[in-house]
Amino acid sequence: MAVGWMKLEFSRVLQGGSRLGVLKGLGRTGQHSLEVPGCLLYSRCGTVPHLTQDTLHNLDKLPSVTQVSLDHLAEHQEVLEEFKEGFKKFSGLHDTVLFCTLNDPATPSPTGYTTNKTVSVWGSGGRIELTAAKFMALQKLLQPDCYVSMADGETWQDNTSRKRVRKSVERTLAHLDECLLVHQASQELEGAALFGVVEGGDVPEERSRSARETAKRPVAGFCLDGLQSGRLNGALRSQLIAAVIKELPEDKPRLLQGVGRPDEVLACVEAGVDLFEGFFPFLVTERGCALCFRFDTAIDPESGDGTPPSESTAEPNGDHHPDDPTRMTSFEMDLKDKRYRDDFRPLVEGCGCYCCQNHKRAYVHHLLATNELLAGVLLTLHNTAHYLAFFAALREALAADKVDFLKRRVLGQTETST
Amino acid sequence: MAATSACVETPPSTDMSFKKALAVASPLTLHIVAECPVTKARACDLKLPHCVVSTPVFMPVGTQGTMKGITADQLDALGCQICLGNTYHLGMRPGPDLIEKANGLHGFMNWKNNLLTDSGGFQMVSLVELSEVTEEGVTFKSPYDGKTILLSPEKSIAIQNSLGSDIMMQLDDVVSSTVTGPRVEEAMQRSIRWLDRCIAANSNPHKQNLFAIIQGGLNAGLRKTCLDEMTKRDVPGFAIGGLSGGEEKDDFWRMVTLSTDHLPREKPRYLMGVGYAVDLVVCVALGCDMFDCVFPTRTARFGSALVPWGSLQVKHKQYAKDFKPIDPDCRCPTCKRHSRAYLHALFKSDTAAMHHITIHNIAYQLNLMRSVRQSIVQGRFPDFIRAFMRRMFPSREQYPSWAVDALASVNITLE
Repeated sequence: MAVGWMKLEFSRVLQGGSRLGVLKGLGRTGQHSLEVPGCLLYSRCGTVPHLTQDTLHNLDKLPSVTQVSLDHLAEHQEVLEEFKEGFKKFSGLHDTVLFCTLNDPATPSPTGYTTNKTVSVWGSGGRIELTAAKFMALQKLLQPDCYVSMADGETWQDNTSRKRVRKSVERTLAHLDECLLVHQASQELEGAALFGVVEGGDVPEERSRSARETAKRPVAGFCLDGLQSGRLNGALRSQLIAAVIKELPEDKPRLLQGVGRPDEVLACVEAGVDLFEGFFPFLVTERGCALCFRFDTAIDPESGDGTPPSESTAEPNGDHHPDDPTRMTSFEMDLKDKRYRDDFRPLVEGCGCYCCQNHKRAYVHHLLATNELLAGVLLTLHNTAHYLAFFAALREALAADKVDFLKRRVLGQTETST
Repeated sequence: MAATSACVETPPSTDMSFKKALAVASPLTLHIVAECPVTKARACDLKLPHCVVSTPVFMPVGTQGTMKGITADQLDALGCQICLGNTYHLGMRPGPDLIEKANGLHGFMNWKNNLLTDSGGFQMVSLVELSEVTEEGVTFKSPYDGKTILLSPEKSIAIQNSLGSDIMMQLDDVVSSTVTGPRVEEAMQRSIRWLDRCIAANSNPHKQNLFAIIQGGLNAGLRKTCLDEMTKRDVPGFAIGGLSGGEEKDDFWRMVTLSTDHLPREKPRYLMGVGYAVDLVVCVALGCDMFDCVFPTRTARFGSALVPWGSLQVKHKQYAKDFKPIDPDCRCPTCKRHSRAYLHALFKSDTAAMHHITIHNIAYQLNLMRSVRQSIVQGRFPDFIRAFMRRMFPSREQYPSWAVDALASVNITLE
């Protein structure tokens, strides 16, 4: 079947499983591309949180793919029916690839609302229940370039039974088949890429089965669901990803949902993941923090002759709470802290983002202390820039065989600060 | 937009030293570009330390050293040449010492154009419950740590000197415009005494302009006395204060026009707290040059977009399927890209919806004043007013009578 023009070209595949390359031919006309490993641009209702298009474009090297989720869009179905020209045009997004997922990765959905035939999304007016038919009707209205098939991903809780996991795999495959039927018959979705969803909770056999069965279907790519930061430990996640990837074809992209911490990104790329949702900077922004972890690989951090962690380096002051994605991590600094009140350095020395080029920590601290809206704007600009630069550094490290340096740099800081 | 007051070393010449002497006298020059032959309106170039301001001008209010979610670059791109900061808020947080360390408020917020700061007195009286006014100053309890603080004229100026604003306001004794009786006269007389203390306290007169504030409530006699006294002082500019606080509009405009009748032609006139479009246009006709108001930016955050026919409540259901821009004739970044329907939807998901309306509303205010200025320069301000009123109100019957009267007083008859 036609899956648009999308094509994954590798420049390097490392023995461990990391893949370096370019996802080409994105978009209905195929003129966009996205480097992998990479992340999507996170948005709420088509807007990068806090930013107008003018401020957004203060960022250079933006990902060409913008993520939207049905959590924010489903309630606008009637409006889009009347508009008829798709969500990109509706939201004034002229030059981006639109990638539609079911749920907003930054806002965990309540559980207990999934049935055999339906899943739920949560809009400003509450829960909206979607059947596969309604789900596809929405996709026809949104006219995304890529979208993720309907799935039952409710397996991430601690006490999910094997039976429940099996059911989620079954349901998700059934949803996929129903979506594919509509997809293939739909003019509105011609040229759009449909990603199949791999479920299976924490059961390796179910993960394999889900991957194997999904791979038999004519999907453009794969979405790994139910592995989000929270309950799952890193080793188990990597093991599950490995089980999945064994069953997936080489030539199609793999998106991991719900994972964004830099250390987890590194581990998952090593396990063979290509794409991430870019929501992590948003979480950091919402808690009034700025990303400040290091990822420069020019010099081996252990060789001793590198740039010493000088006075000018941002000092992260977070504790490790890998279990709770809303808690501050060691990759960021808490600008609400009084110590930044009279700190006239940029958030991160040498950072080229609009915030660091124009403002000091003391100013952002003041904006946070006074609850001013500009705090969210400036932190989004910085955190997004920092996160995108981290992915760029990761790709460079893959190209130059420096992933171990990068890992030491990114993780090393964690060790020194805790 | 280069700093104009910096003195570069140049070979001495009589011309240079003459200019320098003037600059020391007052870091402000007002060049009257055009005067309306019918009304009291004028278009001026007001040269301030950071750039030239084209008047009449609306000055957006950035209370805490930020313009409500829009960046300094965005504000600059809208053509804003001067905006406000509030001394009370900034004096409390982050405090004058910190801002001084950051090279003033300009450095702290990274704003390259001009800043005006108020005295802090108004907020004290309006926001702080436990405040007491004596000859010494305003005593109040800090809402942050409960300490008793005295804001004297000297203290207000000291804070404003730390902020480094291009225009500072004297501390005045503010009484509500609806208060009558001897308190009004006391406040007016005290404001004159406080003006003298502010002038004496200004440690930076060669870089920061101190404006006097005309008081006197709604009493023409008291206003006149205040005008007579204050215009004897050689201050760089004058503000008309104590209005826009809930008084009858009939009283309001009469006090405004009385004030402009007696203010010197060669100095800027700032009408405090005025920002509704109709008020702006009428008060320009009455001879005012500068205006400020929180209304356009505050109302934006509630989803109210300003348009030539009034306002448009973006959050109302009727706009959910309206695919037109807020104002099809507006060329602001919001209207160029987004529809009413998208903004309506975005209000349910993200704060950027507010920023879009804030940008639009500031653009509306600045564009309105640019159009006013252009019409004054081109000698067609009376026609501009008539067209403006026709667009703003569905019919002649809906023109507010105070505006009709005020305009009639400056020879504008509305058909």
